[in-house]
Amino acid sequence: MSKRSNDSITWGTFSEGLWRDNPVFVMLLGMCPVLAVTNSAINALAMGLATTFVLLASGVLISLLRHSIPKQVRIATYIVIIATFVTIVDYAIQAISLDLYNALGAFIQLIVANCMILGRAEAYASRNRPLKSLTNALGMGAGFTIALLCLGVVREVLGAGSLFGIDLFGPRFEPWVVMILPAGGFIVLGAWLLLFEWIKQRKERLDLEAAAETR
Amino acid sequence: MTESLSFIFLNAVLANNFVLALFLGLCPFLGVSGKLDTAIPMGLATMFVMLVSSVCAYLINIVLVTFEIEFLRLIAYIAVIASAVQLVEMALKKLSPALFRSLGIFLPLITTNCAILGLALFQTFKEYNFTQSLVYAIGAGIGFILAIVLMAGLREKLELSTMPSITQGAAVSLMLGGLLSLSFMGFAGLGG
Repeated sequence: MSKRSNDSITWGTFSEGLWRDNPVFVMLLGMCPVLAVTNSAINALAMGLATTFVLLASGVLISLLRHSIPKQVRIATYIVIIATFVTIVDYAIQAISLDLYNALGAFIQLIVANCMILGRAEAYASRNRPLKSLTNALGMGAGFTIALLCLGVVREVLGAGSLFGIDLFGPRFEPWVVMILPAGGFIVLGAWLLLFEWIKQRKERLDLEAAAETR
Repeated sequence: MTESLSFIFLNAVLANNFVLALFLGLCPFLGVSGKLDTAIPMGLATMFVMLVSSVCAYLINIVLVTFEIEFLRLIAYIAVIASAVQLVEMALKKLSPALFRSLGIFLPLITTNCAILGLALFQTFKEYNFTQSLVYAIGAGIGFILAIVLMAGLREKLELSTMPSITQGAAVSLMLGGLLSLSFMGFAGLGG
């Protein structure tokens, strides 16, 4: 966090979003699309990429305009900018693949209401140079996409026995249907969070033991 | 167009509960459900914004369709929702400053509550007429209150129990949400 005032672009600017401030696993932002569209890996990937695009484009534009947006109406301005890019993505996906568009449903348009994007606009893009915002948005977008994939892969493998539409276990596999239903989304994400918390606490404990030994 | 009002209502409250089945409005659901005292007002505020924005969205859609500028729908809706939230915020600040403070950041965040934008979009997709939209909004609001209050009640109970240290935090809330969602699946097909 201390590097925030520094203007140089470092590896940290990018990697922040990947792990330490991962929007899904650490900050719990933008949960609605995370749980709603991750019932298959391909949906998760498409949603991740669409969100990343909006994040990048709105980040750069807001960063460019940051000196000309009046403080009082900044949130409304950000929302309008974000909504513009989401509309673009919405029409683009509709043109590229209608199947995908139908699978994602209203959730493409609901990217507007993804608090992660607004949060980034407010906390980062409005305070940093365009190139730095771009790098950070890229990291955040990558972190978001990876998190979506983590969920999408687990849910598709368990719930449908396939991965990216390719059958994995053959016809004798009895799919665990609840995993692709809404309840599965909550439970899988909860399990991932438990795993990360366990790793974190284990690392802390090992560090403590190591410190005690060297003493 | 032929869906009866009772079906729309039951559907929005139980079978297709906005939070537990459609995954809309999860941020406040996870963020403000720590205590019943804040969960109930949050639910009521959300429901009010839902009603206002549902009516506005219906009117705006008529305008958009008349002028054939549907591509502006998203921007128009979100602007209306943002103003409705602003209204609620000002009213609450005046009427109950204590409540205003306890809701904190989550009040302005109703703007980015996808349940509200989702409601406006769904009623447009489903081509509901005015009464149907209104009933849908009330149903969705009650569904949201139901979900957040149930969750808050569960989490208050959970505070008193001893849990392993790794489950302190969001993970256990998500698991609870999963269980609630599972139980709401029992309502599937209701009112059909």
